[in-house]
Amino acid sequence: MGLFTDLKDSIARVTDKLFSAQEPKRIGIYGPPNAGKTTLANRIARDWTGDAVGPESHIPHETRRARRKENVEIERNGNTVSIDIVDTPGVTTKVDYEEFLDHDMEKEDAVRRSREATEGVAEAMHWLREDVEGVIYVLDSTTDPFTQVNTMLIGIIESQDLPVLILANKTDLEDSSVQRIRNAFPQHETIPLSALEGDNMDEVYDKIAEYFG
Amino acid sequence: MPEVTGNDPDDGVQIDLIGADRMSEMASMEKIRMILDGVRDGNIVILETGLSPDEESRLIEVTMTEISPDEFNGIEIETYPRSETADQSFLDRLMGKESTRKLTVIGPANQIETLHKDENLISALVSRK
Repeated sequence: MGLFTDLKDSIARVTDKLFSAQEPKRIGIYGPPNAGKTTLANRIARDWTGDAVGPESHIPHETRRARRKENVEIERNGNTVSIDIVDTPGVTTKVDYEEFLDHDMEKEDAVRRSREATEGVAEAMHWLREDVEGVIYVLDSTTDPFTQVNTMLIGIIESQDLPVLILANKTDLEDSSVQRIRNAFPQHETIPLSALEGDNMDEVYDKIAEYFG
Repeated sequence: MPEVTGNDPDDGVQIDLIGADRMSEMASMEKIRMILDGVRDGNIVILETGLSPDEESRLIEVTMTEISPDEFNGIEIETYPRSETADQSFLDRLMGKESTRKLTVIGPANQIETLHKDENLISALVSRK
């Protein structure tokens, strides 16, 4: 019985190793709150699968659980790149429920939302350390990229040798400055886009195929 | 900090400067516990040698688990925005050697506000509770 079980486990392990290279890579979409991560995740998912990943909102911490869209197959230049998209909650070092009160929320709802947000950030950090194989880092190009969260997260991603693609989102807005993001992270390539309008998505898909294929 | 007691927020803001030698003797979770205990007491903690990327990741995670409405809103943390890992050799990274030589300032989110930050300057406003 024991010998048979051991043999079965060994065969399963070898089979797993043989086929693991063909499995979709888990690509985490990371960034600060309100950078447009879910809008991007939905854009990619809709373009290639027809389904959305989750609801979008201008209120921070709309995404409070990591959501995975499996087997998104992106076709580029005759090849197909298969990825699992993991849309993660926006990372921060602080959450104050009173900020939600400004969005016409009752205290009870604001407190619940802040509690869920903290759990979501902790979950996102855990995914980053343990479960993703590449990162799409989304930044709002109308805001200052020199923030501690960005510095720390890029440092964490680099320390794990994960491939990272930096996207400068919201280029449809007047205050957008892609160069400011390029200056902040010169060691990485920065691709401009508007996930909301679908601008420059062809280049984004080319780069996803190049980085994660 | 275990040897410092009697911090009354009305008297001012306590600043703890933690030297490199002290940090080097501590395990990752000891560092995180020391930082969060200090910050939750309303202190500003300054680390001479900062944290490794992995420790920063765990600090964010543990901070999130401790946030409580009307009690603790989280932390404000500042280091210079320079990637130390970019300067490491492949061998260093292979051996798990992480450079952490970054002065780091950490305080309660409701008491410290960053006024300006760039590659070589951090300017912050610290207030009493």
